This record gives sequence, C-alpha cells and structure tokens, in this order.
Amino acid sequence: MTDRLGGPEGPRGGDAAGSSPGPHEPPASRPETARPQIATAGPAAPDAHAAGAGAGTEKGTEKGTAAGPRRRLGPSPVLATAFLLPAVVLLGALVIYPIVYSLFRSLYDASGDGFVGAGNYAAIFSDPATLTTIRNNLIWVVFAPATVTVLGLIFAVLTERIRWATAFKLVVFMPMAVSLMASGVIFRLVYEQDPDRGVANAVLTSVGDVFGASGGYPDARPRENEQSPVTADQGAVATRRPVQPGQAVLVPLVGVKPGDLADAATARPAAPPGPGEIAGTVWVDFTQGGGGQVNQVDGTEKGLAGMTVEAVRDGQVRATAVTGDDGAFRLTGLAPGDYVVRLPQSNFEAPFNGLTWLGPTLITPAIIGAFVWVWAGFAMVMISAGLSAIPRDALEAARIDGAGEWQVFRRITVPLLSPVLLVVFVTMIINTLKVFDLVFVIAPGSVQPQANVIALEMWRVSFGGGGDQGLGSALAIFLLVLVLPFMILNIRRFRRDNQ
Amino acid sequence: MTTSSAIGAPPRGVLGRLADRVGGGVLQAVLVLIGVFWLVPTLGLFVVSLRQETANNSSGWWTAFTKPAEFTLKNYADLLASGFTASFWNTVLITVPATLLVIGIAAMAAYAFAWMDFPGRDALFLVVVGLLVVPIQIALIPIARLYGALGVFGSIPGVVLFHVAFGLPFAIFLLRNFFVGIPGSLLEAARIDGAGEWKIFATVVFPLAKPAIASLGIFQFLWVWNDLLVALVFANTENQPMTKALQSQMRQFGTNVDILAPGAFLSLIIPLILFFAFQRYFVQGMLAGSVK
Repeated sequence: MTDRLGGPEGPRGGDAAGSSPGPHEPPASRPETARPQIATAGPAAPDAHAAGAGAGTEKGTEKGTAAGPRRRLGPSPVLATAFLLPAVVLLGALVIYPIVYSLFRSLYDASGDGFVGAGNYAAIFSDPATLTTIRNNLIWVVFAPATVTVLGLIFAVLTERIRWATAFKLVVFMPMAVSLMASGVIFRLVYEQDPDRGVANAVLTSVGDVFGASGGYPDARPRENEQSPVTADQGAVATRRPVQPGQAVLVPLVGVKPGDLADAATARPAAPPGPGEIAGTVWVDFTQGGGGQVNQVDGTEKGLAGMTVEAVRDGQVRATAVTGDDGAFRLTGLAPGDYVVRLPQSNFEAPFNGLTWLGPTLITPAIIGAFVWVWAGFAMVMISAGLSAIPRDALEAARIDGAGEWQVFRRITVPLLSPVLLVVFVTMIINTLKVFDLVFVIAPGSVQPQANVIALEMWRVSFGGGGDQGLGSALAIFLLVLVLPFMILNIRRFRRDNQ
Repeated sequence: MTTSSAIGAPPRGVLGRLADRVGGGVLQAVLVLIGVFWLVPTLGLFVVSLRQETANNSSGWWTAFTKPAEFTLKNYADLLASGFTASFWNTVLITVPATLLVIGIAAMAAYAFAWMDFPGRDALFLVVVGLLVVPIQIALIPIARLYGALGVFGSIPGVVLFHVAFGLPFAIFLLRNFFVGIPGSLLEAARIDGAGEWKIFATVVFPLAKPAIASLGIFQFLWVWNDLLVALVFANTENQPMTKALQSQMRQFGTNVDILAPGAFLSLIIPLILFFAFQRYFVQGMLAGSVK
C-alpha cells in the first residue's frame, strides 16, 4: 500500500519482534502440545490461556469423534471454508494472483508481446534514472528509520516525568491521522523558498539576522570610471589613492535599488577629521529625478547606513568604523602614513535568504524531514508502551547500586527496550522502501527526477506517462524482493512464538 | 521513604534541588519547543486556508494574527462551489464500504482461524502473515488489467475491492489474535446450548471483540480515507476521492494555495476528529498488531 498505509504495516512489521498474541494457540501440526490443558490453564494464566485450553478441548473432541457422522461440538471443515471463502477469494484474486502475474509480466517488453527475459531487470540497474531511485531509497533507508526511532525514544523518555505528557503525545502523534497528501501540502507551504511565505526559511533567516547578518546592500558598487575616488577591488570597494590621517574621503556608490533606500536618511558630508582621523561618507551618488553632481554629496542623496569601513595599511586593518544613518564614518587612532580606506566584501553580500529546500540538492532531506514529522509519534507511542512495561525495580536496583541516570538509561532501559526499538525500526524500513505519496506531493515536477524513489518510479513508468508496464512490473517485483526479508522475518517470528 | 531516597538525600542540598528544578524547567521548555515545532506546519495550513489570496501572496501566514481583517471564509466557499464536494462524497463512498467490508470479511476469516479446525489452517495463516508486508505496487498493473476486462476500471466498487483485499491481511491478523484470547468456555457453553457457528460468531465472539473491531475500524478508515495511490490508478476523474482531486491541483502549486489549503484541511479534519475521539483504540490496535 502507500506508505501511509504503512500505518497498518507498522503493526504488521510489529509482530516481527513482538511476542505471540495468542500465546497458546496450538499449531495443527502438533495437536499434542495443546493437550495438557490443565497445565496451560493454570491460575497464573487468565483469559488467553483458558482460550488455548478451550481450543485444545475442541481439538481433542474432534479427533476423538472423527469417525462419527458429525461431531457433537465444534464446527466442520466445510463450515470453516464458508467462513474463509470471501477472504480467500479476495486475497487470491487481488493479492496473490497479481504477484504471479507481475512476475511473468516483468519478463516481457512494454507492449507485452515480446519476451525480453531479464531485460527489464537489467534496465533497472543500468538506466541512470532508475539508479537514482535506488540511490534515493538507500538514503531513505539509512537516515529515516534511525532518525524516527531515535526521536521516538527521546520523546518517550523525556515525557515520562512530565505532567502534560498526554498533550505532548497527542500533538506529536497527530500527523499519523493526516493523509500523506495533506502532509505534502503542509510541507510544500513550510518549505516555500521565499522567507516571507515559507516558515522554514522565515525561521532560518531571522536566526541568521540575529547572528550578524550583512548590512544588506548587495547591489551597491562604485562607478566604473577614472573620476570615481573609489574602485571595486575583489568584491570589496577601496579608495583609488592613498589617504593620510586628517583627510576626508568620499565613497560614492551607485546601483542600489530605490526600494532598499526607502528608510535611508539623507547623506551628509562628514565633519572635518581631527589629527589621526580619517572621516568620510558612504552614500548613493545619484539624485532621484536627475540633477546633482557626480562625486559630490548633494542635498537629497541618501546615505548608506551600517556599512563597515576599514583603514588598511600594509595589508593590515588598522581601524574599523561603521557608517551612521547619514552615511558618515570616522576612523580614529591612526598613526601618520598612507592608508587605503576599504569597504570589505561583507558589505555587499546578499543577505541570507534561507535554503532552497525544494531544489535538487536538499529535496530528499527535506522530504525525509516531513516523513519524520509524520512517523515520530508512532515511534514515541510504541516506545512509551515499551517503557511502561519495564519493571521499575530493575531500574531502582541499578540506582541503589550507584548507577547514574545515563548509565541506567544506556545499560538497562535501552537493552530492555530493544524488542520494541527493533519493531519500530523494521516498520520504518518497510515504510521507507514503499515511500510514495510524500515524494510525489512535495517534490515539485522539475526536481522529481532527483527526488524519485522506486515506488514512485513504478507508478510513473506504468501509469504516469511512462507507458512501459513491463518495466513497471519489474520494479514492482524488485520492491517485493526488497521487503521479502521482512516478510520472512515476520513468518519466522510468528512461528517461533506460536510453537 | 524508600532506602534509595534516603541514600540519595544527603548529597542533594539546596543546590542539588535547585539544579533539579532548573533541569526540569529546561526539559519543559524543550518539550514545549518540540510541541510547537510539530504543531506549526498544520497550524500554517489552517491559517493559510483562512486568509485572503492576496494576503497569502504578499506575506507569511504568521503575520496574519496581527491583521485579523485578512481572515475570510471565502476560500472555503469557493472550494465548495467548485465541485470539491463531489470528491468529498466519493471519499465517503469509498471509505465506508471498504471499512465495513474488511471488518465483516476479516472477522469471519479470523473466527475460522481462531476457533475452527480445518486442514492446512496454520499454513494458511502463515500465508496471511506473509502478505502483511506485500507492497500494493505489485497489484496495480495486474488489477488494472483485470478491472479493465471486468469493466469496473475507474469505478468506486473497483477502488473499494482493492482496499478491502489489501486491508485483509492486517485485519485478519489483528482479529484472529484477539479472538484466540476469548475464553473458550464461553464458546463451549454456547455450543452445548445448541448454538450454531454462525450464531456463536454473531452473538458471542463479535460482541466480545468490540474493542479490537474498533481498533481495526479506525485503522482501516484512516488508510482508505488517506489513500492516494490506489485512487490515482483506479478512480477516474468522476469518481476521484479528495486526495486525488488535491493531487491534480499540485501542478499549479503557488498560484492556487487558496484552493489547496482549504481542500487539504477539509480532507484532514474528519480523520483528525475520529483520531481524537478514538485514539485509545488507535493506540491499542497499533500495539496489538505488534508488541503485546
């Protein structure tokens, strides 16, 4: 099913590590194991055991009176067939027959007429597009199940001592009820590139702004002519001629968008510098509506506030200043000599605009993020149930012996939880192998080739315009082969628990 | 006072207790933060669905709280006028029968597995256990052909049957495990009273299994309601459920958030209500299917 349906699979994978639910259901092959009814129906064994004993009784009766025309108690195999028939027909026609059909279909070409043998399988492992899907599924399997399980464990442990744990659990668990389609829409909104619309980038950029962001005039640059007193120098802007302390400097820039200057104050020439000082103005040397003189601070021109200005001598920064609202700055404490006044590159870097979540590089991690959001609650609830089953005295004993909380957690809690952790982990592996909806919905059409996974590629080549049901069948069989180990694991666990 | 706290007490002076309290505060703060982190995406969808289109295009939804004038129900009104209601009813028409059928068919089979004896019973049940993890992709192509031949391709019954078939393994597994836990003496008593298997099934086992059936029902309902892939392949445009209707809007993402957001919210509100109402059974089902 879709990996949402993995929900169901969750529990299914579950029995992989889970204990037998019907503890004493006697296997038909060994009816004698069920015979000692008295032993199994002891006082320590409540309902379930009594049930097992009941089954045993029945069987005994049945065997004993098999020769008679009809057993007095217990149903006949004919009746059993009637009870089973609808399920068997549906499973046979819609699940088992398709497996066989796909197996054969995968050996034929797109039209279904030409036998190609293993050709479709060879195509899976040679076509770069399908190889990308395999690589992506591998990334999914490596990162998603571990992240979900670890987060679930952390949440389960942290909420143990919190009074409002139920509220927390409901909130984290809630995405389980939401369709992956809707989750996809939710995360498309979260991952919007524009920090004014996508909440992920809004958070990132505001954090970026707190931790020393740039002044933010990425377009400002000097005029490219000999008359300009400043020139571009490897991304920075520097004075053309050396400057001595006591001189005034003009740093006229152009190219700033009017929109960026909406809040800027009018530029003013700096007050004359004192001894050991260099003063000057950084401003936009462009008068709105024309007029004004080049390389002169005219009445209406705007100052560039917050620009970092350095006085550099022999390649070393000797003084630093930041321009005020009017664009004026004052470099102080300078020894006599020749200086270059420089506006370092950081002034001209574009402000951090967030990450391109939905671009080719980050798309898979971004979708895994959504997957974790959906499934962490499942892991948390499963592990919480496991935690509550851990005997308190084992933990207490360790604490009395002087073990720290961390030691108790690592040496006792985690090992005792390992069956549950395995269940969650295996369930998540199965879900990641089948992941479809989230990738389909979150990845924009243009990056779907980069985000593609096997389940999605199977749909795409068979129904989504690919038109090759031979390759599609091969991909479906490939997917089945990938989950086969877990199928075998389930069956073996179940048999062992029911022996 | 237990020994452990008596031993633990002396080294924990005022400072120790203070550290504990600060630690507890930090823990609470961290958990609040995580909770917010988990809540914000859905909250965002909800707010976007209630904001004017122009407002959504020009600023983030989180700014809306300071500008209540931007809130509107127009998006929902437009959505309902656009024929989205048809896909809502399709979802209902697919989900309700698929859930009821799975419960009925699986309960019968589970009863046979738990309380009847027939040759090959355990082998057959192992097949059911094996089918638990079969990916539905395996059946898409063959069933599409089969439905084409039968003339049900694109129709609601076709979608329902597919969901029933793939819901059965888990349903049989869950119910059978519950049924074997029912005291055999109850069944014996009914048999001695002369009740037939159908009567025992309907009047003894089925009523006793209500919690398990509730668990199964809520699970199956959610999977079918939330399914996209099956609908994508087997439902035509006329019979498409909400998930498929929404998916067809995704291509223009960015220009139609005013349709997508309320649509997505409508599609998730009913599962969410059910989830909150029946979450006890949901969790029980989850645990019963795995660690017991």
